[in-house]
Amino acid sequence: MIKAVVTVVGQDQTGIVAGVATVLSNHGVNILDMSQTIMSQTFTMSMLVGIDEADDFNEVYAALKEEGSRLGVTIHIQREEIFDTMAHI
Amino acid sequence: MDTTQIQETIQMVKEDNFDIRTITMGISLLDTVGGSAEETAKNVYKKVTTYAKNLVAVGQQIEREYGVPITNKRISVTPVSLIAGSADEKEILVLAHALDDAAKEVGVDFIGGYSALVQKGFSHGDLALIKSLPTALTETDVVMSSINVGSSKAGINLDAVKLMGETIKAITDKSDTANSKMVVFANAVEDNPFMAGAFHGVSEPDVVINVGVSGPGVVKRALEQVKGESITTVAETIKKTAFKITRVGQLVGTVAAERLGVPFGIVDLSLAPTPARGDSVAEVLEEIGLEQVGTHGTTAALMLLNDAVKKGGVMASQGVGGLSGAFIPVSEDAGMIDAVKAGTLSLAKLEAMTSVCSVGLDMIAIPGETDATKISAMIADEAAIGVQNNKTTAVRILPTNGAKVGDMVDYGGLLGTAPVMPVVPKSSADFINRGGHVPAPIHSFKN
Repeated sequence: MIKAVVTVVGQDQTGIVAGVATVLSNHGVNILDMSQTIMSQTFTMSMLVGIDEADDFNEVYAALKEEGSRLGVTIHIQREEIFDTMAHI
Repeated sequence: MDTTQIQETIQMVKEDNFDIRTITMGISLLDTVGGSAEETAKNVYKKVTTYAKNLVAVGQQIEREYGVPITNKRISVTPVSLIAGSADEKEILVLAHALDDAAKEVGVDFIGGYSALVQKGFSHGDLALIKSLPTALTETDVVMSSINVGSSKAGINLDAVKLMGETIKAITDKSDTANSKMVVFANAVEDNPFMAGAFHGVSEPDVVINVGVSGPGVVKRALEQVKGESITTVAETIKKTAFKITRVGQLVGTVAAERLGVPFGIVDLSLAPTPARGDSVAEVLEEIGLEQVGTHGTTAALMLLNDAVKKGGVMASQGVGGLSGAFIPVSEDAGMIDAVKAGTLSLAKLEAMTSVCSVGLDMIAIPGETDATKISAMIADEAAIGVQNNKTTAVRILPTNGAKVGDMVDYGGLLGTAPVMPVVPKSSADFINRGGHVPAPIHSFKN
């Protein structure tokens, strides 16, 4: 399993969490942790997720980008190591 | 899950223009030498296209998975003069074309190593290569060249310095932009992933992955948080930021090397600007406290920046190499361009800055009528700074025909635009025309 961080930023509206979670669920991606706030109307969410096979990454990536444009929010998915590497020796 | 770290990383990429500037695959060509230049060229094409066939795809996949842009994928090869010992200046061109074709076939942005190391003297192949440069650099698109004319161990080959001044003029007569693909070095390094100066040194393994990291925007943003604090804090802040940036380079290099099945060489942590605002080394220097780059204090601020970048990077990577430090090209840096236009930054100040930056006089436009010996004299000055101070220095200068001081010349893309800068009118011809060899400095005798 590879771990990745999904971040979602955009105008708050109904159905962002549901939309993103549905996409992840449809691809068999497990949500391990999540944190979400509204900062002056802007919705921001970070999720730590587990993806089973490295090969699925591209599909999840494409599906999240598509969901992002449907919802009008920016969605990034990045492998978790990038954040760990930068902050820890 | 620490959301502050996540936000910090995303901001570095989205707002501060942080990028992995390049993944460069170094490939040795020493086993490609055939009975003729044509045969060697065939072997070169085959080896490069075989070894690097997955480089671009792997780079793009890493970019997607980790969310960090990898701006260029590049190849560096053994200095071509070493595999073309018996070729003449026409025959050697077939090798330039083989490199160009191979690079295009695998889809990389540049291929470096159309190079010669002549700090102590010329071999037959070295002379052929240098004489072929005006044709080679105008007939090919992505081939990059470097010529090393001096080293702290060998001194300065003044004949080569003279020849390179003439060569730069000859290149200008064929193209106003081709000189951006060629650099004249002293103390060239063998594992540099940055262009135009990348080549794969003879002591390197058969194949290796080197990574070049950039990020002046990230350093500037970090310094904005410590306005007015002591210079000690500035140095610490740069070190910490350089550490973080280099860690990303280390990660990307490790993953790329593993996926390509190739050993990982070094991370070159260089603050390499692009013409985009907010991606400028000049702006970092100004953030340290200069009203505009080029004013008094610039050399000191740059010395601190260059040194702190290296210190932060060394701890963050298994192997730091290449040039590592701050690049100060003019055309590729919005802040440098502004300072030249405003009259704050002169060629003389740039020369002083090269004694403490990571390389040298870079991407500087000068009038096309500048005499070849004057260009040679600029190269000699830079080589002297490098040779005497045990550092790499370089000249990538762009005489532009028909342009006068103050005109803007556009080189396109990452190469940017440069204001034509004045040169000192008095002659250096008698000095350069002496030829011969400047002996190595006394401190080179360490055995």
